[in-house]
Amino acid sequence: MTGAGRRAAALLTAPVLAGASALLWAAAGAEGIQLKDAPGRDLTTGRCILCHSLEYIPSNAPAMNRAAWQKSIQKMKERFGAPITDEEAKQILDYLDGSYSGKS
Amino acid sequence: MVTRRELLLGTAGGWLVEQVWAGEAAGSASADTLTALAGKKPLIRRALRPPNFETPLADLAAPFTRNDAFFVRYHLAVVPHVDPAAWRLQIAGASAQRPLTLSLKELRGGFEHVSVVAVNQCAGNRRGLFTPRVPGVQWGNGAMGNARWRGVRLRDVLQRAGVAPDALEVVFDGADSPVLPATPDFLKSLPIERALDENTLIAFEMNGQPLPHWNGAPARLIVPGWVGTYWVKHLTAIRIEPQPFDGFWMKAAYRVPTGAFPGRRFASQENAETTPVTELMVNSLITSHVSGARLRRGERVELAGKAWDGGASPATSRARACGAGSAWSSPARRGTAAPASRGWRCPPTAGRAGVRRRCSLIWDALRGASSTSPSTPRGPARWTWRCGRAAAAARSSPTN
Repeated sequence: MTGAGRRAAALLTAPVLAGASALLWAAAGAEGIQLKDAPGRDLTTGRCILCHSLEYIPSNAPAMNRAAWQKSIQKMKERFGAPITDEEAKQILDYLDGSYSGKS
Repeated sequence: MVTRRELLLGTAGGWLVEQVWAGEAAGSASADTLTALAGKKPLIRRALRPPNFETPLADLAAPFTRNDAFFVRYHLAVVPHVDPAAWRLQIAGASAQRPLTLSLKELRGGFEHVSVVAVNQCAGNRRGLFTPRVPGVQWGNGAMGNARWRGVRLRDVLQRAGVAPDALEVVFDGADSPVLPATPDFLKSLPIERALDENTLIAFEMNGQPLPHWNGAPARLIVPGWVGTYWVKHLTAIRIEPQPFDGFWMKAAYRVPTGAFPGRRFASQENAETTPVTELMVNSLITSHVSGARLRRGERVELAGKAWDGGASPATSRARACGAGSAWSSPARRGTAAPASRGWRCPPTAGRAGVRRRCSLIWDALRGASSTSPSTPRGPARWTWRCGRAAAAARSSPTN
């Protein structure tokens, strides 16, 4: 994408992020995927679906443990700029590790 | 540029057309979900957004993979529909002597047309078959396809822009972009010598048709023999640079331990620990039988499969059966492929299932006299989570 396109994308995403969380929630439903019900599910769903649908979580579970999830969340925050606070990251980690750690 | 409405439509599943279960469609026990993107037949859905869809085994049997069955792979979720009339390709950079901008009409009309047959395979193909499991898109066998690509030589376009003697790498950008501005955009670079290779193309046709949207319309990069990550889709900008490109997708992703694999080295991107994944490794796939297929004892088995690699010498292959009381081995064959092809080869072979119990049918691919593919997917998690480069012989295990 060109520089101008990138700026336009930045302008485009700001209102989406600010005003469309309800739509994004609807999106998770439309995509037909719901994460397991446990504390932290809603926070995890809301943060993750900003950038990607939720299949990645169950499909990766067999390869994941707590350390791997921690690394993954850190990558989303630091490398990909996911808007996740440290406190939220901890809740998301507890949820993912509790519900989607399949690796012994 | 994608509109907000389009983005939300995409987000809300507007890409979806049809959904069925792979198990029903393919007659296998697989629980994979098949989903059709607009313009595609139902493919194995690994992720809806960004779209990652895999070609089912049945569609890998043909010599050329159909456009509507060809796999789809994106890192970033904003994938605009590019208007071919408004599309422009910019060629610039510090080592471009005469920067220029081309319309699709100028690209098509201004340079000699050439075509190549080549396998496009994701670096992570078969990641989902690895033991132990490694994180990433859990691809089976179908993050690949073979097609005839037609377009113009990248070399001709670069030379029109004037390649300065200090040129080191060429950097490629496409129209797809991240949802969050902070996410690194998907840009890739090639060493200047690979960019100037006569087989590296800017393609606008695939199997005689305009490129499908999900495979990079209106023009994409074709790098025969190199993994799919370099085949940038929806090309918008090309930069000829005297410095190594410093983007995330070169410096932090798609890297393997230095010296661990054969194949071309990307010297300007290499460090003591890691180096970019480059060429496809010798590889094979059985397309006629699924794992767990049942055969009657003594039955004549018609086996079909593929052999391919990224090198200049095409892969040969042979089929063999092994296991208790097992039967036969075919001589190595080259099969047929288009001249000067980097496509896969499909030699026919047959034998009788002389097995008593469980056995494995193995389709070996060989490069030259010595190199053969390992019999099972393997690789230490340390590197496979980064690149998932699967060097696997396909294995099918019939029982009777």
